[in-house]
Amino acid sequence: MVTVKRKTQKGKTAPRAPRRANSVETIPGAERPDRMVMLRMMVRIRAFEMKLAELVRDLVIKGTLHPYVGQEAVATGVCFALRTDDYITSNHRGHGHALAKGADMNRMMAELLGRQTGYCKGKGGSMHIADLDLGMLGCNGIVGGGIGITAGAALSATLRGTDQVSVGFFGDGAANTGIAHEAMNLAATWRLPAIFVCENNQYALSMPHAKAVAAPDIASRGAGYGMPAEVVDGNDALAVWAATRRAVQRARQGGGPTLLECKTYRWLQHSLRVKGPDRPAEEEAAWKARCPIAKLRDHLVEEGLLDEAGFAAAELIAAEEVQGAVAFALASPEPTLDEMEKDIYVGGFVE
Amino acid sequence: MSAAQGQASAAAATPREISYAEAIAEALRTEMRLDSRVFVMGEDVGNFGGLFGGTKGLLEEFGPERVRDTPISEAALIGAGVGAAITGMRPMVEIQFMDFTACAMDQIVNQAAKIRFMLGGKAEVPLVIRTPYGTGLKLASQHSQSLEAWFAHVPGLLVVIPSTPADAKGLLVTALRDPNPIIFLEHKLLYPTRGPVPEEQYTIPFGQADVKRIGTDVTIVATGLMVRRSLEAADALAAEGIEAEVVDPRTLVPLDKAAIIASVKKTGRLVVVHEAVKRGGFGGEIASLIAEEAFDYLDAPIKRVAGKNVPIAFNETLEKKAVPSAEDISAAARSLIR
Repeated sequence: MVTVKRKTQKGKTAPRAPRRANSVETIPGAERPDRMVMLRMMVRIRAFEMKLAELVRDLVIKGTLHPYVGQEAVATGVCFALRTDDYITSNHRGHGHALAKGADMNRMMAELLGRQTGYCKGKGGSMHIADLDLGMLGCNGIVGGGIGITAGAALSATLRGTDQVSVGFFGDGAANTGIAHEAMNLAATWRLPAIFVCENNQYALSMPHAKAVAAPDIASRGAGYGMPAEVVDGNDALAVWAATRRAVQRARQGGGPTLLECKTYRWLQHSLRVKGPDRPAEEEAAWKARCPIAKLRDHLVEEGLLDEAGFAAAELIAAEEVQGAVAFALASPEPTLDEMEKDIYVGGFVE
Repeated sequence: MSAAQGQASAAAATPREISYAEAIAEALRTEMRLDSRVFVMGEDVGNFGGLFGGTKGLLEEFGPERVRDTPISEAALIGAGVGAAITGMRPMVEIQFMDFTACAMDQIVNQAAKIRFMLGGKAEVPLVIRTPYGTGLKLASQHSQSLEAWFAHVPGLLVVIPSTPADAKGLLVTALRDPNPIIFLEHKLLYPTRGPVPEEQYTIPFGQADVKRIGTDVTIVATGLMVRRSLEAADALAAEGIEAEVVDPRTLVPLDKAAIIASVKKTGRLVVVHEAVKRGGFGGEIASLIAEEAFDYLDAPIKRVAGKNVPIAFNETLEKKAVPSAEDISAAARSLIR
């Protein structure tokens, strides 16, 4: 690990938190997350998502899925800086967020297979997994659709007098929706305990980020909202954790919202039912060389906390858990027809 | 309070008269006193008391935390309302003109209306969206629409349209206690209208039509401002010996089908009235209901009296002529009797 040395200014020697954190070690006095548990979580997310590709191909899963492979450090880094009673909203690429917030893999897999035992009784599918008991307020099928809800959950925490924070995960594509602007402005104006986590994975389906936004960093918008913002290495789970932790502390103390732009890359196609479009091979290779799981693994190996066998064991455990989830889902019943008219209104069906 | 008690207490109350706008503000004020989860937000709802006075006096009593003036951000307001609603609050969001709900359509249709279902019933979305609709103030095409059919078409939403101050208060109290997302529509010309409103808190159940005038010859189904125009039309018809029954469903979703069917069975004739454009309007739904379920009782074809299929013009005459008048309604009823 490279230690970041900061120049002292005007005789001041006190270290300041760097704007671009490379790892948690650069944050004086910060507690460390349990890095082994973080690594296992990232391995679980990867194992889950890779299995889905197979299940979609074999039509065990119908419909489409948006794989999170390559972005595991963002969900994990963020959620490990949160409490269970903190809120997250997610987007169409939300399996990683749900798992990282503590969602049950069996119920997730059952939902993806459209089963009664799934998180939404098979009525929501991949894009609507939620677990309100975990503060996971829902994935979302509308790009940008969850960002307003993020602000609302933060407002709710404020009005109820709790110190909960509310995190909204959204992509670089969603950053260009009107509600992203509206919600961030609202949250900043009202100093809501919200954290806007933009996962810039470089593409909105086929649209390269650079062709959709003229400014190099979405984080630069923070200034326009009067909101602290950081660019974070989204493939470095510890950097994401550290940046989120700063934002969480600020939010809990009444300091208002933060915008975090986590630069990352999705390894697979936009959705598992859409082939391509092809991206430059060198670009893909360069990002895959910066695998977020390998980065944390290597760090733990360097620290003497992990060896090859330990990592292989983590992968094996994750694979077994995924296999168990598939078995659970396959053994689960489909929803009965009466489910179609249930859960539309509290109080029963309205003809 | 049961529906019957609510109605009874409304009838027994002292005949204090207040305006429709005051009734709205009173419902909000009393519910905010009773339930700390209720809060309001919207453009100019605080200092200004709402463009039409629906939130007047709330800021003074409850302060800026619970009465929130907002930036002009309709989508984020509804989104924030949804987020607050699913995490334990009971937001009332005012959208300054119904036309502006178009700016928040994703949040209303894809989020508020769908979340409970998509989550398999685990979330409740107790969100009230109040908004003024309709013509009459010479505000042209983007501030004059009646878009209730859009929302009635979306499963997951409830649609409420009170026509009197008493109904406005009782229905709004019900809305603020209901666990579902609600579109609460107030006709702009109704705000200054006055009527008896009980001082105590009462509720009016959704899905319960109110017969605003009893008659035997023709049924007129109308909501909002069109209830008043229909009552005017009924007075004119009465002078000719035609007794019209005016049925106000008060909520389109849920719809009190039984009350409409019962009235048509009695009169054998149906006129459906709304200010919204005729094409795709909710009147078609009511006409279909009768065609499907009470056709044998009809003595004449069903008539729809509705807005013309045009955007609302600025010019006063063009605006007036685009929507039904009392004369249009009475003429339609008369044509069924011959």
